[in-house]
Amino acid sequence: MDKWYEKSGADGDVVISTRIRLARNLSEFPFPCKLQKKGADAVINLVKEAVLSSNSQLSSNNFKYIDTQKLDKITLISLVEKHLLSPDFVSDKIEKSLILSENESISIMINEEDHVRLQVMSQGFDLEKTFEIADSLDSLLDEKLSFAFDDKLGYLTQCPTNLGTGMRASLMLHLPGLKQSGVMEKVSANLLKLGLTMRGIYGEGSEPQADMYQLSNQVTLGLSEKTTINNLKDIAKQIILQERTVRSEMAKHIETIDFIHRAIGVLKNARLISTNEFMKLISAVRLGVALGEIKGVSLDTINFLMIEAQPAMLSKFANKDLTAIEKEQKRADLIREIL
Amino acid sequence: MLCQSCGKNQANTHIKRVVNGDIKEYMLCEVCAEKLGYGNIFNDFNLKLDDFLGSFFTENIPYMLKSEPTRCEKCGLSIEDISNSGKAGCANCYKVFYDKLIPSIKRIHGNTNHSGKLAANVSADKKIENKTKKLEYKLQEAIKEQNFEEAAKIRDKIKDLKKEGEING
Repeated sequence: MDKWYEKSGADGDVVISTRIRLARNLSEFPFPCKLQKKGADAVINLVKEAVLSSNSQLSSNNFKYIDTQKLDKITLISLVEKHLLSPDFVSDKIEKSLILSENESISIMINEEDHVRLQVMSQGFDLEKTFEIADSLDSLLDEKLSFAFDDKLGYLTQCPTNLGTGMRASLMLHLPGLKQSGVMEKVSANLLKLGLTMRGIYGEGSEPQADMYQLSNQVTLGLSEKTTINNLKDIAKQIILQERTVRSEMAKHIETIDFIHRAIGVLKNARLISTNEFMKLISAVRLGVALGEIKGVSLDTINFLMIEAQPAMLSKFANKDLTAIEKEQKRADLIREIL
Repeated sequence: MLCQSCGKNQANTHIKRVVNGDIKEYMLCEVCAEKLGYGNIFNDFNLKLDDFLGSFFTENIPYMLKSEPTRCEKCGLSIEDISNSGKAGCANCYKVFYDKLIPSIKRIHGNTNHSGKLAANVSADKKIENKTKKLEYKLQEAIKEQNFEEAAKIRDKIKDLKKEGEING
């Protein structure tokens, strides 16, 4: 089965993917920060049972259970690179697990910051449908697990920043135009006033890579899921529009066109390529494809490459721990083969 | 003055105890004070400045000066623990420390009342309240659009819900 990220979706020139994440806790157990081994195992078993038991209505997604304790480090990091696990998940100590759907679009992290972190991803700009999937899965899980909930505070979460809906809706955006024109900081500052936030590709506290940004809601208490999604959608539409305007302006300059063609030239011919260089070049190529400057390469291909050319993914594919220079070589080989 | 317990060292700790309404005062030296269990009374004030920084719950610092902190009976955390880590220990913490947490929650979200999806185990009253809120919003919309037929229908539905609530309550 194809993985969800191997296709591009609506408004794919700017929006790479949509993600909805719901934070939930089982009312009978302390939150993960106070959970002992016995409790942690019990939570894992209960969630596992709720999702995987044969009479579960969730079974159509062909979920598989992954015992993350038994995975080697490369595999774990490759799951982070695919946004299926959070970086914290790998570093922390208590018993955790992961349940994945067959096409990897749905993941359920157990005992991360909260007992249950349900995440649904789809390609392109698709907030409503992605939310619907997450919402119906959540309702089915709630019936069996009885989530911690308070009339005033909504869903109770370990960290107060997630109280209320426990929902983080986010869009991964490619914004080379806005970045180039130097307005990103101003945009981010204005978003904060609206209860939204814009961050680098790997979420909290990370540098934007390849002009990739994650736009998401900050506020979870007091706004309904629907209102939150509508706010995010309205703002995203404006950002997309602005980005396209800047891009078409950029396309009038020979410097931009030259930059794009040089980038694809290097990617098609390099024999060694580092992650940083790759990220810079692939951003330019993505822009070139979106502008119709580069023919014969699809956005699907680029989305695929951006996932597969990451360090741990390469090691995983090679089935061994690669040295730095081996990684650069493998990456260059992969890129030439795909392009 | 010499210590009233050992009579050897200089007394430097003044202890005032109230037992059954009688006030008893002692002057003790450090050694005896520690032996008699008065030595560590200041340990609770051993607060690290670092812990305050970056915490969501800085407004709770005055509460820390209480000698015996209230603890959540389910997970054992005190408001100090939650302030330091920025994490609640269990669902019950939000009940026990509700009043103390609410200012910080308000600062984070600008709001203190949930208005989204309701969990399966939520009370019937809350479900009705939520439905009513949604209908009232729709009613306003209908009136704005001058769709009075629709508005009348919605008003009836709200009435029904309120009746249902009274029966339950």
